[in-house]
This record gives sequence, structure tokens and C-alpha cells, in this order.
Amino acid sequence: MDANIKVSINRIYWSEYIKEIPRDNYFFFRSCIRQTFFPGAEQMFLNILSKNLNLNYKDDPDLTTCTGIGYHSDIIPLETVHTMVARHFSLMNESGYSNFVISCVTTFGVMTEALNMWHEFPETLEKTIENLYKTTKRTFELPKTIAHASDIIYLYRDEIAKQCIYKLINKKTGQPLKGVDHVGCHYAKIFPQHGVGGAEFPKVLSEMIKSWGGEVIDYPARRHCCGFGFRQYFIKETRGYSLTHSQVKFESMEPYQPDFIITNCPGCNMFMDRWQYVIQETTGKVYSVDGNGIPVLTYEEVAAILLGYDPIEIGLFMHQTDVLPLLEKIGVEFDKDRYLSLRSQCIKK
Amino acid sequence: MKKIVVIGAGIAGLEVSKQLLQANLPVTLIEQSSKIGGNIKNYAYLFPDFYNAEDLLNSYQYIITDPNLQLLLNAHVSKIDFSKKIYNVITKDGITIPADAIVIATGYNTFDARLKEEFGYGIYDNVITSVELEQMFKKQEIITPSGKVPERIGFIHCVGSRDAKVSNTYCSRLCCITAIKQAIETKKLLPLVEIFCFYIDLRMYGLLFEDLYLSAQRDYNIQFVRGRLSEASEMIDKKIQIKAEDTLIGRPLQMSADMIVLMVGMEASDFSKQFKYHNDLNVNEHGFFDPINPHNLRNLTAKEGVFLAGTSIGPMSVGETIDHARGTALSVLSYIKSN
Repeated sequence: MDANIKVSINRIYWSEYIKEIPRDNYFFFRSCIRQTFFPGAEQMFLNILSKNLNLNYKDDPDLTTCTGIGYHSDIIPLETVHTMVARHFSLMNESGYSNFVISCVTTFGVMTEALNMWHEFPETLEKTIENLYKTTKRTFELPKTIAHASDIIYLYRDEIAKQCIYKLINKKTGQPLKGVDHVGCHYAKIFPQHGVGGAEFPKVLSEMIKSWGGEVIDYPARRHCCGFGFRQYFIKETRGYSLTHSQVKFESMEPYQPDFIITNCPGCNMFMDRWQYVIQETTGKVYSVDGNGIPVLTYEEVAAILLGYDPIEIGLFMHQTDVLPLLEKIGVEFDKDRYLSLRSQCIKK
Repeated sequence: MKKIVVIGAGIAGLEVSKQLLQANLPVTLIEQSSKIGGNIKNYAYLFPDFYNAEDLLNSYQYIITDPNLQLLLNAHVSKIDFSKKIYNVITKDGITIPADAIVIATGYNTFDARLKEEFGYGIYDNVITSVELEQMFKKQEIITPSGKVPERIGFIHCVGSRDAKVSNTYCSRLCCITAIKQAIETKKLLPLVEIFCFYIDLRMYGLLFEDLYLSAQRDYNIQFVRGRLSEASEMIDKKIQIKAEDTLIGRPLQMSADMIVLMVGMEASDFSKQFKYHNDLNVNEHGFFDPINPHNLRNLTAKEGVFLAGTSIGPMSVGETIDHARGTALSVLSYIKSN
């Protein structure tokens, strides 16, 4: 009975969960789509690892796709997915690494799902071993640890904060900037134990915001899917579902007037950025009082801005919803004319 | 004179003690809290007839003055030594009480709703438990924790029951009827409040329970939605946004409420859980004590001279608890007589 008397407010059980995140020597697995959408984000992760944190990683050009997009669109058989995942692990083994670090949340979901399935149904692992050998003459061992790249930045968030030359603080008002975190569904909703903070209140991104001086906004549709959903988007007839889900999120966060959205998933980042433009063009609705929309950034982009990397080098001009108002709030000094020139070439309105 | 130790002074422990004292047997009644009554202290009225819970508890007060009763309050049993013919019940304070027979009436815990993080208990102000709502009934005033007279309340059934995610796969049985009782009580206090009950299915197992369910709909306009909540979130005005699926019409549902009440189920007590890996007493997979069988030997353990009463064996209503405790007292009397 006493357990239900509120003795501890704001206690979230999963926040006490400690996920094992490797501290160094990463075998990096790139995303298929991130370099097209936001080309600087992934490179910033690697720059931060090597230049700011002095950590070692391997970026293997022989890696291919995790098959996630095909898998979640029901066009690639599970056996093929497993064989592909096994090949990536085999390449990691060959390089002498054992900490598999993944750039994309969908890949993270695919690989944790494969590992879980191999654990729960050992016959599928046996079959994968057989399939990989038949097709490539390769063998493989499972990684010692598997982490998403945002886990690594989360792990070193305070170290990054020490090196930051800017903070998530409005330079004019001195007030913390209000950030909305959006964690990709496949990060922790499939296996809460693979996410920092579990599935309901993941803290992998929100703790970054806090460490870097910002304020985290909790809003009703915080856990709602961005709407990407693979099939919903890829099939033109159902694309409206995708847009509607993003709209649900924007409508829900609007009253809190966030200064930015931070994400850790390529699809979420892409759709929350682009759909704001679509909604603006089709309905005239803008979700920020300044008429710009809410800038959507990846965690690496936010870290890189605060660490003083050039916003142009980060590729921020590629964002559909302009990041410039956020950069001005933070007080980032850079070549705005060049930024605007590049933006006018990339983003056609 | 044979000595009997009853562990737990909730309704079951009180009823067993009452029956044994009436038979002139000395009883040592051990209670871990500072007052007798156990979980019933937290309730204002009992289903299905809105009987005053305090009156029921008061009906046991007289036994406290019985010269044959030794009542130990604030006493935690740390160990039972079964190694000798006369057992020893040992408290954390080092008191050793010899016992020819032991009755375990350690009751239940309510589910810790914080484990269902998606419902936001302990995180959002206006998410409360059924236990906390009972405290409001005692004060005869329903105000949301953020200080508002609610205009719409959601009752969420099966919180911590029939839920593999929190490892409680069993039905807690009483939450459905408790929700209906509480919804009606709320309507009596706030006639204009809108009430929505979200349920998996309604298990109206008692004779008058179905009548109460019908009355809730017919006389109090309480709405029932067959669907489990997926999540609750706090809105900027502190209302709670609810997402669920109405499984009767097969569509998702989203609404806001000034407050939601989580119908927390019964869980095994901490006392029974500690026997999970103990050879002397059997505890089932849900953490409750296992009687020899659930039919005609449901008061007895496999350990000679050790008896079970009330919700130490699983969820029961107050009436069922009292009936079970009386059966236990009879078993104890029979055992004492034959030894």
C-alpha cells in the first residue's frame, strides 16, 4: 500500500537503468540516407570522436546497407536481412573491432532485432551462419556491444559541454533555449533495454539538451511517431498518413513554443524538417511565432554548432526549415552571406 | 496452553484472531504498521453496497482489549525458525515468539503504478491511483492534485493486472467492481463530472456486481470504453491526454481528462515474496503463498501447523477474506485439538 503513496515525485524507473555503452574503439556503421538528407551530420559525429574526444573508430568502405528500408517495406525476406547483418559483423571481426556503433536508428532496430531473434531462436542463428558461408565463405562472431551513435554522444555529453564555446542559451535574453527531443521509434520502442532511459521517457537526447544548457520540453505527443513509417511514405496513396502524424506532433508541441527539435533518426529528422514546409505551403500554418518554423537538427549537428564548427561545414543550409534563427539566438558567428547563398541554391521555395 | 501466532493485523488476521480468542486460545498478533486494519484503512466504502469500511474495522477494535491477545505493533517478522517442533517467530527487533501454530495473514501490496511509466503516475500531477481517490472519498471532496474540481475523469482498469509487461499475468478480480463503485461515488459527489472507464473486459463475478455495473450506466451516465490505454501525457494546462483504442468500434481514440485514476491491482506482499526461494513454504509464480490445494485445503500449507488466511493466497474481496479467515480459524482449532 505504501508503494502507492507519492513519496517520490518525478521518479522514472527506467532512468535508473544503465545501458552498457562502449567508451572507445568503435566500428562505425553509416546510414544509407543521412548523407543525402543532411550530409554534414554523420561526418560531424566522426569529427567529434576524433578531434574533440580523441577516440578511435573504423569507417569501413566495404559496409553496405542494413536492408532496413526494404525490410520494413516487406520487400526483403528475413533470411536476407540476417545474412546481410551477419556480413557486417564479419567485417567488424576482420577489422579487429567488437563495439558496433550505428548511425541510423532503423539499422539499430534491425540489428538489435536480429541479435534478439538469434538469441531467442538459435536455429535462426545456425541458418544465418550457413547462409553467410554459402554466399560469401565468411564466418562471424557477435559484437561485444552494440550502441547507437547518439549513445556515444550521450556518454560524452558532459565532456562535450566542457569544450563547447556556445550554449543552448538565448544570447539576448540569457534564458535557456527550449528543446523538443524526438527519439526514433526503433531506438527503444522495440527493446527498451537497448535505449538509454527506456522506451517511455528515453533520455538519450534530453540529457544532451540539459548538459548543453537548454530546457527540455515534455509535450503530449512526445512519444508519437514522426510519421515516416516506411510503407506509409513510400506508397504515394498513403503518404498523407505520414504527413498527418508529423502534424499531430507539431500541433502538440506548438503551445510550448520550442526553439528547436533534436532527433537521432534520419527519417524523423527528414520528415519533421520537410513536412513543416509542406504544411506551411498547403495550409499556411507555421509552428513558430517568428514565422520560420521550428528548426530540426540531429544531435551531432547541435553538438557541432556548440563546439564551434562552422554551420556551413555542418551543412545546416541543407535544412528545409531554416536553422538560421536558432544560430542567431545562440549567437553563432559565421559567414551568413555564404550560408544564405548556399541555401538559396539548395532549398527552392 | 497452546500458543498461536498470527502474522498480519489486517481484516484476515483480525478475523482469525477474533475466532481463536472466542475459543479461549491465546493469540499473539503481529502487525508491521502502527495500527491494525491493514489495507482496509485506505478505503472509505466497500462494494457492492457502499458499506462503511471504518465501521467494519471498528467492529474488531474490541479484541484489542482481550486479555488473551498479545498485540505487537511496528513489529516486522524477519524469520520463522521451523527447526523445532515448537516454531519460533523472530522479529527484526530480536523478539522471539514461540508458536504451536502460525497463521500467515500478511495481505497484499497494491501495484506500484510507477512501473507503468506510459501512464505517467508519479510524473504527471493529475494521474492518481484508486487508493488515493479513496482518500478523497474519506474527505468527501474531489479535487485534482493541481487544485481543480474535475469536469472529466478517466478510470483506467487493469493497471498492473493481466499485464505481462509488468510480470503480472493474473486478474486482480476486484479492480473492475472497485472502479464502478468509485465512479458512482464520484458521481454522487460531483453530479456534473463526465466519467469514462477504460476496460479490457468487465469481470462482474459477484452476485450484485452486474447490478452495480448496470446502475452505473443507467443511473449515473458513466461511460464504458472497451480498450486499453496506450499512453497518458500531460498537456500544457495540466490536463491528461489519453490515447486508447475503442476495440468495439475498432478505432483509435484520443481525449483529455482533468484527472485519470489508475485502478491498481493486488500484488503479493513483501512477506510472501521473500519465501519464493525458501523450502519451508510454497510460493507460486505470482508471489502469493500456495495452499496445499485451492479447493478443500486452501487454508493449509504443506508445513504442519502453518496456515494461510486472506489475500496472502491471492486477490479476494473483504467478504471473501473474512470467510477464508474463518475457515482458517477452524483449521487451526482442529489442528490444536488433534495435537
